[in-house]
Amino acid sequence: MPTIPLPIISTVVAALLTVILPGRAAAAEWSGNVAAELRGFISEGAWPGQGDGGISVSAQPEFRHQWSDGRFGVTFIPFARLDSMDDERSHADIRQFDFLWVMDQWEFRAGIGKVFWGVTETQHLVDIINQTDVLEDIDGEDKLGQPMLRITRTIGNGGIDLFLLPWFRERAFPGIDGRFRPPLVIDADLSSYESDDEEHHLDWSIRWNQSIENFDFALSWFQGTSREPLLLPAGKVLAPFYPQLQQAGLELQYTGEAWLWKLEAVHRETLSERYQAFVGGFEYTFVGINESAADLGVLLEYNYDSRDDTALTVFENDLFAGTRLALNDTQSTELLAGVMYDLDLNSKSFRLEASRRLGESYKLEVEMHLFWDVDPLDPMYAFRKDDFVQVRLARYF
Amino acid sequence: MKQYVALFLVCLLSFGTAIAETPQQKGLRIATEADVRDSGWSDTTADMLMTLRNRAGKTSKRTIRTKTLEGRGDGDKSLSLFDTPADVKGTAMLTFSHGLKPDDQWLYLPALKRVKRISSKNKSGPFMGSEYAFEDLGSQEIEKYSYRYLGEESCGKGWRCHKLERTPAYKYSGYTRQIGWIDTKELRPVKIEFYDRKKRKLKTLTWTSYREYLGRYWRADEMFMQNHQTGKSTRLQWKNYKFKTGLDSGDFNKNSLARLR
Repeated sequence: MPTIPLPIISTVVAALLTVILPGRAAAAEWSGNVAAELRGFISEGAWPGQGDGGISVSAQPEFRHQWSDGRFGVTFIPFARLDSMDDERSHADIRQFDFLWVMDQWEFRAGIGKVFWGVTETQHLVDIINQTDVLEDIDGEDKLGQPMLRITRTIGNGGIDLFLLPWFRERAFPGIDGRFRPPLVIDADLSSYESDDEEHHLDWSIRWNQSIENFDFALSWFQGTSREPLLLPAGKVLAPFYPQLQQAGLELQYTGEAWLWKLEAVHRETLSERYQAFVGGFEYTFVGINESAADLGVLLEYNYDSRDDTALTVFENDLFAGTRLALNDTQSTELLAGVMYDLDLNSKSFRLEASRRLGESYKLEVEMHLFWDVDPLDPMYAFRKDDFVQVRLARYF
Repeated sequence: MKQYVALFLVCLLSFGTAIAETPQQKGLRIATEADVRDSGWSDTTADMLMTLRNRAGKTSKRTIRTKTLEGRGDGDKSLSLFDTPADVKGTAMLTFSHGLKPDDQWLYLPALKRVKRISSKNKSGPFMGSEYAFEDLGSQEIEKYSYRYLGEESCGKGWRCHKLERTPAYKYSGYTRQIGWIDTKELRPVKIEFYDRKKRKLKTLTWTSYREYLGRYWRADEMFMQNHQTGKSTRLQWKNYKFKTGLDSGDFNKNSLARLR
């Protein structure tokens, strides 16, 4: 990573963008959000040094400029967080900084970008282009910006994407004060790679997605550095090791009137292992419950990993049952809650996410995670004391 | 000579059917004529300001840009891009509407950069918390309703209107029937009363400040929906209507939702 502090780079880049870009100034726009977050952990940490919660602030300004009727565009989205509990969670990143060129059915993007692949809710198994930002949340939905050249050819209501990924982003881990960590701290400075090119290995990927009648599907292939490291003992700490990985992925969704049927599956091969994993299930929605405007959804998803309990994943034979409530009111009040149950080890975890707009430009979000009956054999065992409640207030502009 | 006889017979027959036309046939004929007159615009773009007002008078605003491609043989394709409230900025909705078949719909969520195919069963649900249901804002294909002609009335501003009843033929509608007024001269919608599943009067939608575009397409600057049961209302104000802008089906792709701004 660059040695110049990111906020300085961001300011300079932003100033340059505003000055040099062609077109009317009115076509360039800033938006984004700033947020304050309170986190409280219910129990004392399982490992020495862990804090009990704290306050945290974040900012994510977003600059966009498009010209020539949207055929060209530049997007710049820096992100920064300051955290009172864990120094490692105070971090900054460029989420997106890329140039877009659209020509008929072709789209070219160069720079730092982000993509999302997938259909399921419990985990994002197929989604592999971007490194996960585990410092932000344990739901795997926050990602680090990935340097890439992306070429898209749209075909009907779908298309083919080719990705060239010249620079790998290492995963960052919680520090000694942080929660959601193993007993030993993971030292990202000790990262090592299977490839001699280390983080400069040229990764690539191709994905075809299409929509036919009630089916949306995608097939993908990825070849390059695994986003998920193996953790090797190195004295009093753990050192990440990034093997080379090949992944074939499938995403499938059937959309009925009230039913959504979903499936994500992968086949992965590394030097030391080859395995399959999938997550599949349904979401059924009761529309306008009790003569009201509210919708109530019921979700059931099953997670499987062929590596059984030796897997470093918590999703090896697990069932998720949950519910989604959307009030469809003026303030867009929503809630998603559910229980994950390990069918082999009987470990259970509960998660809840709720949000509501306040006034025109604020949003209040509440998040809760609880763990119980966690078996020592479960990779989740290290987090068994990390039950927490989080309240986040964001101002959007 | 034979041709003249045939022509005479055709005239006689049409005259006969005109006289024998049932209220259902007449309703369908007027609705079809209105649809035919408002066709051939190819594509259109417009900006919408939505003002929600609750019973206490508190307001909340949404701004949405829309792009629509006229369907040939099937329903229209449309794109809605959300600019405010700020927390939904960048959200985009792509809809392929069909006649009686459920619409296909995709939602783009900018925070995750996720494109989600969503079910369109929720026709009666509120759009963005407003008094408009999804079915009120969707493409109004002829075959979505059965019609009945109720008569002719004056309907304000010296206009004369056809009064029609239409009953949704598609599944999951929140309405048992709608009473609509269409002006006799240009066949523009002026007012619709909506009746809920319990057959009680639920809402009234009125169109005002019509403008003519390209010398043939009439669009109202304002649409006002009053909910009689809750006292809430939603005003839609339209700006920057453009027609035949050169959009094609390639502009209505779920993969392109991420780059639309």
